[in-house]
Amino acid sequence: MAEITLIEALRQGMDEELERDERVFIVGEDVGQRGGVFRATEGLFEKYGEARVIDSPLAEDSIVGIGIGTALYGMRPICEIQFADFIYPAFNQIVSEAARMCYRSAGEWTVPMVIRVPYGGGIGGGLYHSQSVEAFFTHVPGLKVVVPSTPYDAKGLIKSSVRDPGPVIFLEPKRGYRLIRGEVPEDEEVLVPIGPARISRTGTDLSVFAYGMMHHYCLEAAEMAAQEGINAEVIDLRTLKPVDRETILASVAKTGRALIVHEDNLTGGYGAEIAAILAEEAFGDLDAPVRRLAGPDVPAMPYSHPFESWFMLDADRIAKAIRELAAF
Amino acid sequence: MEAQEDLQLDLNEESLLEMYGLIVLSRRLDERTWVLHRQGKIAFHVSGIGHEAAQVGAAMALRRGQDWVVPYYRDLAMMLALGLTPKEFMLGVMGKKGEPSSGARQMPSHWSIRRMNVVSHSSPVATQAPHASGIGLAIKMRGDDAIVLTSIGEGATSQGAWYEAVNWAAIHKLPVVFMVENNLYAISVRQDRQMAVEHVADKAAGLGLPGVTVDGLDALAVHRAIAEAAARARAGDGPTLVEVMVQRMTPHSSDDDDRSYRPRAELEALKAQDPVRLQRDKLKDMGLLSERAETEVQERAAAQVEEAIKFAASAPYPEVSEASYPVYAGDRVDG
Amino acid sequence: MSTEVIMPRLGESLVEGTVTKWLRHPDDHIEEFEPLVEINTDKVDTEVPSPATGTVLKLYVAEGETVRAGALLAVIGEPGEAVPDAPPADREEGATQVAPPKTADQGTPKAGREELGFISPVVSRIAAEHNVDLSQVSGTGSGGRITKKDVLAYIEGGQAAAPWEEPGSGDLFRPTEEFFGKKPGAVPEPTGLADTVLPLDAVRTQIAEHMVRSRRTSPHVTTLMEADLGRVLAHRKEHKQSFAREGANLTLTAYFVAAAVEALKEVPIVNSSWSEAGIVLHKAANVGVAVSLGEAGLIVPVVKNAQQLSLQAIAKTINNLAERARGHKLVPDEVQGGTFTITNHGVTGSLFATPIIHQPQCAILGVGALQKRAVVIEGLSPSGEPEDSLAIRPMVYLTLTFDHRIIDGGIGDHFLGIVVQRLQSWA
Repeated sequence: MAEITLIEALRQGMDEELERDERVFIVGEDVGQRGGVFRATEGLFEKYGEARVIDSPLAEDSIVGIGIGTALYGMRPICEIQFADFIYPAFNQIVSEAARMCYRSAGEWTVPMVIRVPYGGGIGGGLYHSQSVEAFFTHVPGLKVVVPSTPYDAKGLIKSSVRDPGPVIFLEPKRGYRLIRGEVPEDEEVLVPIGPARISRTGTDLSVFAYGMMHHYCLEAAEMAAQEGINAEVIDLRTLKPVDRETILASVAKTGRALIVHEDNLTGGYGAEIAAILAEEAFGDLDAPVRRLAGPDVPAMPYSHPFESWFMLDADRIAKAIRELAAF
Repeated sequence: MEAQEDLQLDLNEESLLEMYGLIVLSRRLDERTWVLHRQGKIAFHVSGIGHEAAQVGAAMALRRGQDWVVPYYRDLAMMLALGLTPKEFMLGVMGKKGEPSSGARQMPSHWSIRRMNVVSHSSPVATQAPHASGIGLAIKMRGDDAIVLTSIGEGATSQGAWYEAVNWAAIHKLPVVFMVENNLYAISVRQDRQMAVEHVADKAAGLGLPGVTVDGLDALAVHRAIAEAAARARAGDGPTLVEVMVQRMTPHSSDDDDRSYRPRAELEALKAQDPVRLQRDKLKDMGLLSERAETEVQERAAAQVEEAIKFAASAPYPEVSEASYPVYAGDRVDG
Repeated sequence: MSTEVIMPRLGESLVEGTVTKWLRHPDDHIEEFEPLVEINTDKVDTEVPSPATGTVLKLYVAEGETVRAGALLAVIGEPGEAVPDAPPADREEGATQVAPPKTADQGTPKAGREELGFISPVVSRIAAEHNVDLSQVSGTGSGGRITKKDVLAYIEGGQAAAPWEEPGSGDLFRPTEEFFGKKPGAVPEPTGLADTVLPLDAVRTQIAEHMVRSRRTSPHVTTLMEADLGRVLAHRKEHKQSFAREGANLTLTAYFVAAAVEALKEVPIVNSSWSEAGIVLHKAANVGVAVSLGEAGLIVPVVKNAQQLSLQAIAKTINNLAERARGHKLVPDEVQGGTFTITNHGVTGSLFATPIIHQPQCAILGVGALQKRAVVIEGLSPSGEPEDSLAIRPMVYLTLTFDHRIIDGGIGDHFLGIVVQRLQSWA
């Protein structure tokens, strides 16, 4: 078993899929010779050639649009949008086209495509290299939205996403690319199904739901709270759409208290959907109001260091929210 | 001799009559659909009257069923030439169960015919252009023997997506023919308010591919131009931009009232250039269309239209439960 | 077989049309597709072609009349055929169904829930399922509410009270550093900026020690009321000058002290201290008034025997003490022996706050910022009917934070109510 970084796990996953299925290819800005600005595709250009690791022109709309076209013909594109902040020109192709193709053709045409999107802040990226965009896409019928937080899940989920018959928005917490290390087995195929959440820490006093970098901070915060006698259950959602309602509801039935944590802006953020599900379906299990802890409602995130610290949630703030919720 | 030239294009007498028959069928079908709308029997119609000759000429330059087509909503004649039946069209117009393009989920004229490699398209214009280039890219990656014809209105060539699609095709020499059906109007906006160039084909030089402008009222001229572009694509020489000058003889759609922006005199003048009549006259001149043959074509078209309307009018609506799928690949599909 | 002619829906958003001109009339013959009627809509003016060949039997809409899409315009058929008299009901478009929200079955609410504090959905459900009388269950949640753990523990029967039921004891309330000897791990910080450490001075250390100890000692409960200071402000305006002539700067603080003293007289249990031997009722009302020394912290000089002082004397004493406090000239006797404290957080903008009890006192009165607010004045109309009106009044929030070992909420509210009433009726 090797301990590798999140980004190495992604690279391995893509490498294995390109090897396994000749229909799989990668397209995006700088993915080829440069190996990706984060080096997510390092070495793949040399191994598979420019026909399968394609440097695209600087036009996100066409990265996805062309990708859709190849998928209609039977290929399995992995489209990279360099930063989530730059996904908006491709919004039309993702939402009007990829998401709706199957429904509008009564199932005749499908788009088996992965759109990889590095997202999130804490890297000194300022307003246009730090955004979270999951809320826009979890809203759209026809898309799946996936966010791994560990190297094992990153590898397992990128492989599952490539094999999925429809479009998958694959969000990568870029702050964790090299920061997050984890064990990934070398001698067996790692496949994590899209859909199920993972209980990363069992507990009894409250349920903490998170994904991406926040999941790691929640685990740290749970340990801090444990020293004060608060036993928090922490759940890594992993798939935001379709979300694992069963695990979420079972956890809150057990603990009676829910804290949803995400880096994205609070209002209209993904946490609102989980909170609504709990309000509608777990009402009789709630011992305290459902609480969301999220980024402030300002563009994510301002550049200056104190601004960034103010914006980004950390283990201390999450621990404080855990304490408050436990004390209700 | 003109007939000889046309025969060199693999168009024999039979093909020319087929071409004319499809143009007439499209016209009759299109006209009756307008009547249905004005009778309040259908909710929406977007018409291709004035475009028929160009669309049929182009479709017949392809290897139908082998090449791929990414059309737009005005391409009724093209679709009929590719094998869409009037009954199938009418099911779509009336939103009935079993409508082949979308199971009545989409508005009429949002074509998708998998068996003919006609790809599903949406309402936001120009989104189909990158798909066409993507298909071309995949054909090249697979080393398959096929090309892609994609059509669009001149207005939609203002969209960024169209430029991006053509750019990709030019960079990688993809086997794509970009056909632009220029009828001078994007709803109410005339071409001179849509672009600074005189012809859409002029944009091609800036993107690095050849562009030609063709008389779209002449089915044979369009056929020739598309056949040449297709040959280039097959040979691996890359994409071509073929602009066909057509005329929109009706408002943009049944929701449009063109009296506020289109001079009546201009519309009247178009009638003198009606492509159906032009094609008929040409065939007569070539001695290929007798009075009897003309009558047969008209009667056959009328009968097909009537049959299609009867068929669709008595067809059932889809079950409401069908609206909830198929959202994801692998979901159940209509039975 | 007759054929109905309906008003067409000539555009995606159009729902009606106007008949402008009938081109055929009853008894006229018409061929299929011949224009029958001209109609006008927002988007389109057009002729409606006849759907059938036959005789126009009846027209249902007059020229100039507007009808909904789908409405019956005319009937075409054979002469002598029966036709409907009046147009049948409009063909409506389908409406979207909104799914009704799912609600969980909660059972009937218990009477007297207000005394029980907030009952959460799960507590309500468990109580209903197990036939639990919630008034028998002790609550350990915030504000003393009954939590899920509490009701489950009650059902289990005889389970030990949760550790946090005894404030000030148990490992839960010890600082984590004290317990484990180290700070919990921090998130890795990639940029490496150094933090600044401010050394602790005696005042800071003392304040910190007192605040922590007070919180651990007394279960703090706060009750909030508001007071209309209209009459106090009027009184002050009227008497400010005359007081000044006597050497007293008449501040609002003096009024609060005076009102508090009156309440202490009426509710003597508030003027007390907890001891293991019993609750000590103090004879003198020594009222401490918190004074901010800015960065140097807080100090609470005491107005001794305030129960004997007039408003003017209170004002003078406060002036004197405050001046000496700011000049760091207070002697120990002036800050000791207090039996009740008033703190004015309103001067720094706070609307209300929950201050910490000055041990070993029973309670502390918090005064918020004076704020002009729109309030509802209950009154009567000229005819004697109840009629409320809005008025702009100078309002202030008052909080009483008290030691729940000594008094309960009812007494705290009673005390604070007297303070409010005294202020609001000042003459």
